[in-house]
Amino acid sequence: MRNGLAIEVKGLTKRYGEILAVDHISFEVKKGELFGFLGPNGAGKTTTIRMLIGVIKEDDGEASVMGYPAGSLRAKQLSGVVPEMANAYIDLSGWDNLMLMAELYRTPSTDAKERAKALLRELGLYEKKDSKTSTYSMGMRKRLLLAMALINDPQILFLDEPTSGLDVQSARAIRAMLRNLRKEGKTIMLTTHNMDEAAELADRVAIINHGKLAAVDTPDNLSITGGRVYLIDLSFDKPVRSEVLAKLPGVSRLETAQAIEAADRLRAQMAMAGVSRPGGMGVGKGQVPAQPADGQLPTDISKGEKPEGNRFRLYTEDTTQLVNALVDFSRTNSLAMNILNVRPPSLEDAFVRLTEEKSREK
Amino acid sequence: MKSDFGIIDQTIRALTIARKSIRIFYVKGPVIIFGLLFPIFLFLSFTIGRNMTLDFMLPGFLGMILFFTATSISPVVVPWEAQARTLERLMSCPVRLETIIIGDVFASFAFGTAISLVPIIIGFALGITVSSPVLFAFAVILAALCFASLGNVFSIPPINIPATVNMIAAAVRFPVIFISGIFIPLDQLPRWGQAIAYISPLTYFTDIARSCIQGRGHLPLAIDFTVLIAFTALFLVVAMKMHRRTMPRRI
Repeated sequence: MRNGLAIEVKGLTKRYGEILAVDHISFEVKKGELFGFLGPNGAGKTTTIRMLIGVIKEDDGEASVMGYPAGSLRAKQLSGVVPEMANAYIDLSGWDNLMLMAELYRTPSTDAKERAKALLRELGLYEKKDSKTSTYSMGMRKRLLLAMALINDPQILFLDEPTSGLDVQSARAIRAMLRNLRKEGKTIMLTTHNMDEAAELADRVAIINHGKLAAVDTPDNLSITGGRVYLIDLSFDKPVRSEVLAKLPGVSRLETAQAIEAADRLRAQMAMAGVSRPGGMGVGKGQVPAQPADGQLPTDISKGEKPEGNRFRLYTEDTTQLVNALVDFSRTNSLAMNILNVRPPSLEDAFVRLTEEKSREK
Repeated sequence: MKSDFGIIDQTIRALTIARKSIRIFYVKGPVIIFGLLFPIFLFLSFTIGRNMTLDFMLPGFLGMILFFTATSISPVVVPWEAQARTLERLMSCPVRLETIIIGDVFASFAFGTAISLVPIIIGFALGITVSSPVLFAFAVILAALCFASLGNVFSIPPINIPATVNMIAAAVRFPVIFISGIFIPLDQLPRWGQAIAYISPLTYFTDIARSCIQGRGHLPLAIDFTVLIAFTALFLVVAMKMHRRTMPRRI
């Protein structure tokens, strides 16, 4: 292992029969880094993590964790794992689950007890520590899984969708804990569907799609890889012809309400099944960016598009020019703008663009 | 933290897994009651009305209880854990797959041995004597380990539905009871019956128990012990090798 690397993956590959779940991926994670691993459902995120933690064996390639072969006992001893599916022993109490993990990692009993108390307090589970895990809510179980992963004071933490399906409080508690762990210098590899979570927490993210890595970079860099294209959502009080709006200075692309909704549906089906923003809003109208690499809408969306409407999404690299043009346009045509919402490119934009690009390539 | 991951280290972790399994799967009222009551009633149904002495009945009865209890839960622990995804949890811990298997076998062995003390104590209370207590104790321990390993072999097929695995196990466990010289002494069986009896590990334990309690074994004790040790080793090796092969389809 090269100095300073916590995870080193070279050409890692996993097949399930005819399906190539992970296709020769290579990446590195530095020590102390919080590394986000993003991808649509079935992209290969969990398979990759399961290879790194030694639950399944790779078919090709190699990986190391903290300098030891992934899946080796030494690598496992230094790791903590929060799997996607809650898998504490439901017949044991939270406390007993923690003590079991401590014994399996051979953490000295006194240290384990002190650490268990601190973790349970920090994660808001101390009052219920003696209750059977079967009585815990989903959020409590996920928090317990995080405590179980941390009981051996691991150097590296693997988390597979740790906040998926959680209430806001539980998700916040877990995110706060992750921030603290990063400050303590722990290396964290996190898979998530939640783009905002990844953008907020991760130092770098990798986007995986169809088993291949689409990109690895910082969230900020990834957000602008398609250019600094801003999105302007707007609606007028009266219908407007789209081709007139498209001719305004600064518009690089335009979507009508119909196209926005169709694009939302298509993206939801193609790339982001299960994607949710914090608070469970899902893929909402006017929230999902649309910026395919070629700047064109998919053909099936453009077809049948109504030439006019009162809700649009414009893409521009010059917001000042376009906003001024829109104000002039409204004034000239006696239109009132009910909504004018400008937002910068986001990690979610990059995610959608990259996963769609790869899907089209296939 | 002492972690050289050698045999002692993994044995300690296997014992942790065993303690966990005993707590979660074995120390349950219904499991204990069923483990005792089922062999008792099955045994009584075949012995009541027949002119049998206590020293003849006890070895067979003990063999049945040991066999049923040591193979009762071990076939379904792995499927249960796979279904609950706790097996995946164990596999992400610094333990070998073999350590998990040994841990499950330890749990089953401890349960079988503990329950078998009940008929032994009852036998002693009723005046039964054992000619070689050390050999007898060794035989009980060895047989419990052998049957616990056999129970784990039943869980090799990558089926994560405990009821299905239980049916597979039952299909083997029940015939074994009838071919192992429990109800009819081996020397009273026809030659073909004896040939079948020799393929059952329970036969050899029953023979040792008869030898120690009745003073009338069919085979020399050395052969009984050797075969029982061989069966134990075979079941353990098969369980470890085959679980390694089927595990990828299980998790």
